[in-house]
Amino acid sequence: MAGSSVSVDLTQAMVTAPVAAGDWLIVAPSLITMLGGSLCLMLRKNTELQPKLGIAFLALLVLASLALLVRVLDYGVITMVMGSWLPPFGIALTVDALGATLTLIGSIVALCAGIYGMATVDGTGRRYGFYPFLLLLMTGVCGAFLTGDVFNLYVWFEVLLISSYGMLILGNDRIQLDGAVKYGVLNLVGTNLFLIATGLLYGIFGTLNMADIAMKVSALENPASGTLSTVAALYFLAFAMKAAAFPVNFWLPASYHTPNVVVSAVFAGLLTKVGVYALIRIFVLILPDSLEYMADLISLVAIATLLTGAFGALAQSEMRRLLGYLVIAGIGAMLAGVVVGSIEAISGAIFYAVHSIIVMTALYMAAGIMSYMGGSYDLRKLGGLYQKNAAFAGVFLVLGFAVSGLPPFSGFWPKIMLVQAAFNDGWGWLGAAILVSGFLTTLAMGRVWIYAFWRGGPEGTPDGTSIAIPAGSVVQLGGAAPWIPLGILTALVIYFGLQPEWMIELSTQGAVGVGAGVDDPVGYLRSVFGDQG
Amino acid sequence: METGVVVLIGLFFAVSVYLMLSKQLVRMLLGIAILGNSVNMLIFANGRLTREVPPLIPKHLYTPEFATANPLPQALVLTAIVISFSFFAFLLVLAFRAYQELGTDEVNKMRVAEPDDNQTPPQGY
Repeated sequence: MAGSSVSVDLTQAMVTAPVAAGDWLIVAPSLITMLGGSLCLMLRKNTELQPKLGIAFLALLVLASLALLVRVLDYGVITMVMGSWLPPFGIALTVDALGATLTLIGSIVALCAGIYGMATVDGTGRRYGFYPFLLLLMTGVCGAFLTGDVFNLYVWFEVLLISSYGMLILGNDRIQLDGAVKYGVLNLVGTNLFLIATGLLYGIFGTLNMADIAMKVSALENPASGTLSTVAALYFLAFAMKAAAFPVNFWLPASYHTPNVVVSAVFAGLLTKVGVYALIRIFVLILPDSLEYMADLISLVAIATLLTGAFGALAQSEMRRLLGYLVIAGIGAMLAGVVVGSIEAISGAIFYAVHSIIVMTALYMAAGIMSYMGGSYDLRKLGGLYQKNAAFAGVFLVLGFAVSGLPPFSGFWPKIMLVQAAFNDGWGWLGAAILVSGFLTTLAMGRVWIYAFWRGGPEGTPDGTSIAIPAGSVVQLGGAAPWIPLGILTALVIYFGLQPEWMIELSTQGAVGVGAGVDDPVGYLRSVFGDQG
Repeated sequence: METGVVVLIGLFFAVSVYLMLSKQLVRMLLGIAILGNSVNMLIFANGRLTREVPPLIPKHLYTPEFATANPLPQALVLTAIVISFSFFAFLLVLAFRAYQELGTDEVNKMRVAEPDDNQTPPQGY
């Protein structure tokens, strides 16, 4: 009992003040989804109850992340350390405006997918765990958005990756197994690269806390040294693989069209954007100098990604593969924002990420409805959908305008911010590439609309009248379930198009939070280390 | 000692990259398994290597008397081992199922999701 008689000053090592009640919201998104996921897993044979439970937990997740965002906007960046160990020793969860915004939008999309899944995921899919996987996927996504620790970020990546594997092979078709092999191998190599870079970063600085690393990097005399630039290059490759940037984009069009369409919708909305988020977090917050010496490389990658995506979309006849290429084009636009690096550019990239999460999910959902109405995903076999349901044709047109960046929908404003920032900072080629890619996307989406909706019937049928389609004969797709989420997401697209101020303000706060355009991300560091930071 | 470990890590990486460049899915998976282990060794070596010192704290002190091995990389490696092992197990089953369904383990011949005769979109109507 030698130690017990000596008093120990706990304040040296631990946070002794109790955590404010509102700060517990940081762990809420991951906890809610983890609990919901395990509960759904235990009830996996009860296919009637599972969707209701899953949707209830996802709704709870939306509420929690909304409360978290409000809390962050009121109080600034919030930090909570696990086990109360003072940073950098405890694992810190740190949430700023960027993380909270993406968590909220991500959970809205997941809720929509949960509702849509009621229609498209049958009993077998539910028994094999669609809802548990969806909830656990959200655990990983939210955790990645909310963590302040590099290794913890890796762990959340793996959580979302293993859940995505489960969702991808749900149904066990030949085509899914083929897609899953490519997706699985390439994504695992990507996370391993991430881990290599993290190991080297730990070897240099001896810490894994993002704020701590950021301070140590800014204190370096020669931030462009050999080891650190290796780390930066590895991080860039790893996150580019995650985000499906050129030339490591090939796993995305190989796999995203294989699973159930609601799974594709979630993947297209969330997974690549987590990669972009990590890229912004690591490069803008921790390694801002590497953005400067890697700018040429990243800008070339951004331009190539923008064009690959747009041309790929033009060359596809399969709706879901076409949309997969549009996801890639969007990633290029966000990369362009990261290269330019000014506050306007980073907030443009953040706004674009929000827009892309919503609109890509909505487009995949619309593609699912199109295939139910027209019997195929192939543009050659689709046709006459306008006559079947004119309102749906309108919704698709709205989404097509939005993804091409045409006003007055959500894609327009982030694109304006990105192009303006690019031209202001002398990145003319980058701005031009965004515009060209937007133009090509308009062509691709316009063609989809003309072939699938406007013309009278599928290829080979004479135009218009040869197929008698009685008015209002919409194929029923599980009642209202697929229409509600599509309606919510389209409403968001229109809302952000007409009232962009709110989201511009939010993404500007996010950009300032990660320290875009300034030397010190003061708010983030101070939140983790208190005033000495 | 660190030099030797570094050379070993380099060899591991070289072997894993060589295997992953193969066309056969099984060899690629072996490459991935070795990649996971080389990453683990890299993290371990990045925590600095020391000779064995028992991490015991004498009764009259609060900290160990001598520098003991860094426990953090060991915790990281433990996490990474668990993750990479479970992923490897999943990929093995997936590859076996793919072999059953597709009848080949050569990645160039796995063209179900992306068929060779990919139709171009309609050119007019």
